[in-house]
Amino acid sequence: MNRHAQSAVMFLLGATLLHAGSTDLYLRYVKAGLRPLLLLSGAVLIAAAVATLWYERRGTDHGDHADHGDHADHGDHADHEGHADHADHEGHADHHHREPRVSWLLVLPLLALVLVAPPALGSYSAMRSGTALQQAYGYDDLPATGPLRLGVADYAGRAVYDHGRELRGREIKVTGFVALDASGRPYLVRMALNCCAADAQPVKIALTGKIPPVLRPDAWLEATGTYTPERTKDPVNNGPIPYLKVTSARPVAKPSDPYDETWNN
Amino acid sequence: MGEPVVPAHHHVRGRGPLLVLPPLLTLLTLIRKARHEGKDCHELNARLPPGVLKGREIHVEPTPSRTTGGTAPVAITEEAPPAAAEPTPPQKTEQAPPPKPEQPTPTAPKGDEQAQARHLNSPLLLTMLLLLTLLLQGPIRGALASPVMQSWMTVFVAVTVQALPFLVLGVLLSAAIAVFVPPSFFARALPKNPALAVPVAGVAGAVLPGCECASVPVAGALVRRGVTPAAALAFLLSAPAINPIVLTATAVAFPRNPEMVLARLVAGLLVACAMGWLWLRLGRADWLRPPARASYEGQGRGAAFWGSVRHDVMHAGGFLVVGAMAAATLKAVVPQEWLRAAAGNPVVSVLALAVLAVLLSICSEADAFVAASLSQFSLTARLAFLTVGPMIDLKLFAMQAGTFGRGFALRFAPATFALAVLVAVLTGAVLL
Repeated sequence: MNRHAQSAVMFLLGATLLHAGSTDLYLRYVKAGLRPLLLLSGAVLIAAAVATLWYERRGTDHGDHADHGDHADHGDHADHEGHADHADHEGHADHHHREPRVSWLLVLPLLALVLVAPPALGSYSAMRSGTALQQAYGYDDLPATGPLRLGVADYAGRAVYDHGRELRGREIKVTGFVALDASGRPYLVRMALNCCAADAQPVKIALTGKIPPVLRPDAWLEATGTYTPERTKDPVNNGPIPYLKVTSARPVAKPSDPYDETWNN
Repeated sequence: MGEPVVPAHHHVRGRGPLLVLPPLLTLLTLIRKARHEGKDCHELNARLPPGVLKGREIHVEPTPSRTTGGTAPVAITEEAPPAAAEPTPPQKTEQAPPPKPEQPTPTAPKGDEQAQARHLNSPLLLTMLLLLTLLLQGPIRGALASPVMQSWMTVFVAVTVQALPFLVLGVLLSAAIAVFVPPSFFARALPKNPALAVPVAGVAGAVLPGCECASVPVAGALVRRGVTPAAALAFLLSAPAINPIVLTATAVAFPRNPEMVLARLVAGLLVACAMGWLWLRLGRADWLRPPARASYEGQGRGAAFWGSVRHDVMHAGGFLVVGAMAAATLKAVVPQEWLRAAAGNPVVSVLALAVLAVLLSICSEADAFVAASLSQFSLTARLAFLTVGPMIDLKLFAMQAGTFGRGFALRFAPATFALAVLVAVLTGAVLL
């Protein structure tokens, strides 16, 4: 890959990062807090692409006017480059200079992001890993009246570790996506995320009561229901999964941040 | 996949081509030029033995004039960001300065000519690749629609997108230090006694942020500057393992295990010093082929800085993608039971992750996040992963063989691996 192709790749990569960071696209892959760094690195990549071409051109101007010493230096630099590039791949062949082929792989995330833009992790990943419910240090008091809007992890944590103390007799609304296990039992799931989707882990609530007759995996649902002390165990890791007794459910749009990031704070 | 996915795809389908098209057009023009002009010839004159270079200077001289092709892309690329959503014709008109007549390099050997042909093709290849994927995006998306592939892609993109900002940050700092701190400074700062210089160099590695790709050339420069090889090797091993960027990334990746940061620092420093002292005791100078050339000296500072940034981004970025693919495969394809089986046995788990670190060749600025995702493994096993990874992996082995000679790398790499595993286990037993 020569320098022009390299700067083209760097430019496209930077533009893609800027695009992902300036829309909600990046939230499918990384935590929200990474946004400034994403935008910054996108800008730096574009700057590097521009600078590469600019110095190529300035090197040219020097070539027209400057003395020989400058050229020697230029060649010197290229030679060093050759060493390093070379060492990466074929440390043995001394006379066939090649730019690193591995750089071509940078095109892959570019294409994946721009053309495919894979969705946030969904039911497939959720059912492959066990529920990652963890006990919180404490559970804040909830508002005394009105329907409770709780996150999946919040409800599951209060139901399992707080024994539903403040949940009994309340109308509870929980939003998450649907996942079905091998036997077709429906769960309401939210993936919790520390840094990026590679470390995302599911927190699951099993659904009972008036479940909608047709549930498609990955459909986002706002389930309204009540606490029930019934529990089950996750078949993957034996983690605790509480039940929610559904009274009604309605499909909702996927939230802009599909992951539960409460653990980041 | 479920319904919510579909609108997102539509959204991207609408914007994707728009985003890609202008650079594609510019690239097409660029290629036309590239075929007329013998671009990048000066890069072909690289890798000459120092003696030959003197004679070659004459041939090097005309090369910059060939890179006039660079003129156009500069203008285009600067304008392209707004153009991402704009029609392209105005730019196309701008970018067509008449190509300068070229003279071939008469003395270029045959091998170089072949290499040149290969080089000229790289923008062409890139454009063909992008165009082809653009045209075939329907079938490609169809092929990637299965849940396994979707999940694989998501994790792959996530690891890459998450690691790139850290990579860029590290590359910037590394370039700043490579350019603005003279290597002679390190030589002056080190004690005369080699046995003392080793730990000092090891600790000095901690303040040089950069990933392992950057530390190999720096270590080569140190050896050239007269630093004792043992100290340079300690620096080579410690710099990518325990610098602030890497430790910060580790702290971010292990928010609930801050002791991991300390353990990584201790283990990295111990292995680096131990390898330095081992070299003092057992190393022979003839194993080491000192690198021939200085790094970015003689260039303008700006050129050297951005040259270093470009070089590191393209190298480390490429290997980062390899690592992301491997991590995504582990996460999405390999059955959990398989990893759990390895994770169950304490000895097997440490060895498995140490080997994994070598095979994955992840940039040390990103490996903490991969380690964090291997949550079924013990912290000690993951510490082994984090200690081995920055010190020895496939790409480092290749780089070391290229910089210091294969005889060196064949001895150095296994010793580093064994020592890193041992120290990681001991450190893990004490600290984790």
